[in-house]
Amino acid sequence: MYSEKVMEHFKNPKNTGEIPDADGVGTVGNPICGDLMTMYIKVKDNRIADIKFKTFGCGAAIATSSMTTDMAKGKTLGEALKITRADVATSLGGLPPVKMHCSNLAADALHAAIRDYYKKQEAATEVKK
Amino acid sequence: MATTTKRANMDYAAGKPVDPRAIEAMLTYLKTSYGNPSSLHVAGQEAKRALDEARTRVAELINAEKTEAIVFTSGATESNNLGIKGAANRNKDRGTKIITSSVEHISVVNPVKFLTTKGFEAVFLPVDKFGSLDLGSLEKELNEKTTLVSIVYANGEIGTIEPIREISKIVHTKNAFLHVDATAAAGQVPIDVKALGIDLLTISSNDMYGPKGVGALYVKDGIRLEPILHGGGQEKGLRSGTENIPSIVAFGKAAEIAKQEMQINVKKLTNLRDKLIEGLLKPLPYTFLNGHPTNRLPDNVSIRYSFIEGESMLLNLEMNGVSASSGSACTSKTLEPSHVLLATGLKHEEAHGSIMFSLGRENRLEDVEYVIGLMPSIVNRLRAMSPLTPKELKQ
Repeated sequence: MYSEKVMEHFKNPKNTGEIPDADGVGTVGNPICGDLMTMYIKVKDNRIADIKFKTFGCGAAIATSSMTTDMAKGKTLGEALKITRADVATSLGGLPPVKMHCSNLAADALHAAIRDYYKKQEAATEVKK
Repeated sequence: MATTTKRANMDYAAGKPVDPRAIEAMLTYLKTSYGNPSSLHVAGQEAKRALDEARTRVAELINAEKTEAIVFTSGATESNNLGIKGAANRNKDRGTKIITSSVEHISVVNPVKFLTTKGFEAVFLPVDKFGSLDLGSLEKELNEKTTLVSIVYANGEIGTIEPIREISKIVHTKNAFLHVDATAAAGQVPIDVKALGIDLLTISSNDMYGPKGVGALYVKDGIRLEPILHGGGQEKGLRSGTENIPSIVAFGKAAEIAKQEMQINVKKLTNLRDKLIEGLLKPLPYTFLNGHPTNRLPDNVSIRYSFIEGESMLLNLEMNGVSASSGSACTSKTLEPSHVLLATGLKHEEAHGSIMFSLGRENRLEDVEYVIGLMPSIVNRLRAMSPLTPKELKQ
């Protein structure tokens, strides 16, 4: 059912875990639907210096989370925001059609984490003012 | 891809091998005795005898009052359709209310739903947390308008055996018929249609190690059904089409073997089942048994692990050579978790974390021990990755 690349990331997912002092955190999905993921990012010089994820979900959910962190690591925030769900699926050698919508949420989680980072930055700037 | 050469099949509910003795029995009817039982000549009469013999074996398995009460079909789905739609349509003058439960197989649910588009009213009765039918609500819903009550004998997903004797007593206080879907139970546990007061009973061949694509419907003497297939009038007019003699012969043989060896198999499987349940529940917190702890099929182990999802467990098991199945939405075509698990009161996320092991004749104690040994590392790995896992569980 899954491509070899998906199975590779499922078997040995990259960047799992939390970043306790993360600069941005994004959560998407819903355990009711069977998929929930949280992305943690550490930002340095406008680049994603570190990224980790936690995921509740199927094989595709775990593999897309892992692939997304791999793709985003080292990128500028602008570049990372351009990573789409389709890019993630393509990098994984495709996903079964039924999984394209329900389990391919990792790019959204990444974007949510970046937006969270921007929001925190704005808040910090406000305080300084 | 596989990281191991050891294999353990624990998904017998999805499909079973055909018993070699049943294969042996059917071969003659594929190769040399290929007559049509409707023909008067020797070859036809040979086939007719084989058909009658198989019918007798299936009738004996469920203690039917007479051999003719068995109607051969293409399997459990057709039997459920013929039993439900056939009884409802033919007896519409008796009433148009159908009662069933919320833990039925989809091949019962969908015919019942279909009938609601044809002027019938349907009620899906609730079950308790073990999946046992709420008898009080059956009493409440049953009325003079009720033609048919359809209840599963034993649940194929969570293993719970329903109180059929009690259900039958209640159903027959009114003018209704009782259809019982015994797909997962027939051949596994003793069923006596006379003692239980069953009017219509669905039986599957593959579930008792016969071939796929054949099944039967027991129709109590005197109950009239409307056929689904119209044609040459085979099977007393209830199932037109030349009988699938080779498969029916093998089904008959499988039924005979199931009856002969039932006691031994029940004992063996119950022992393995209980060892597997205990071994899976013991080492891990937040781990629960789905279905009834004692009133359950000897081959069914359905376990629920909190904070993780079923398909990821299945993939990990498959990587280690173990086949199982899951109640998660992620393994279904509809993207909905099992309606059976939801009916027992589980939340969606709890249903997603369910995994079913169904045992079979070829399982040995070492298979059970192998799976018991594998699960903790699989579950702990996925829990470590899950945002739902509570802090105290994290290493």
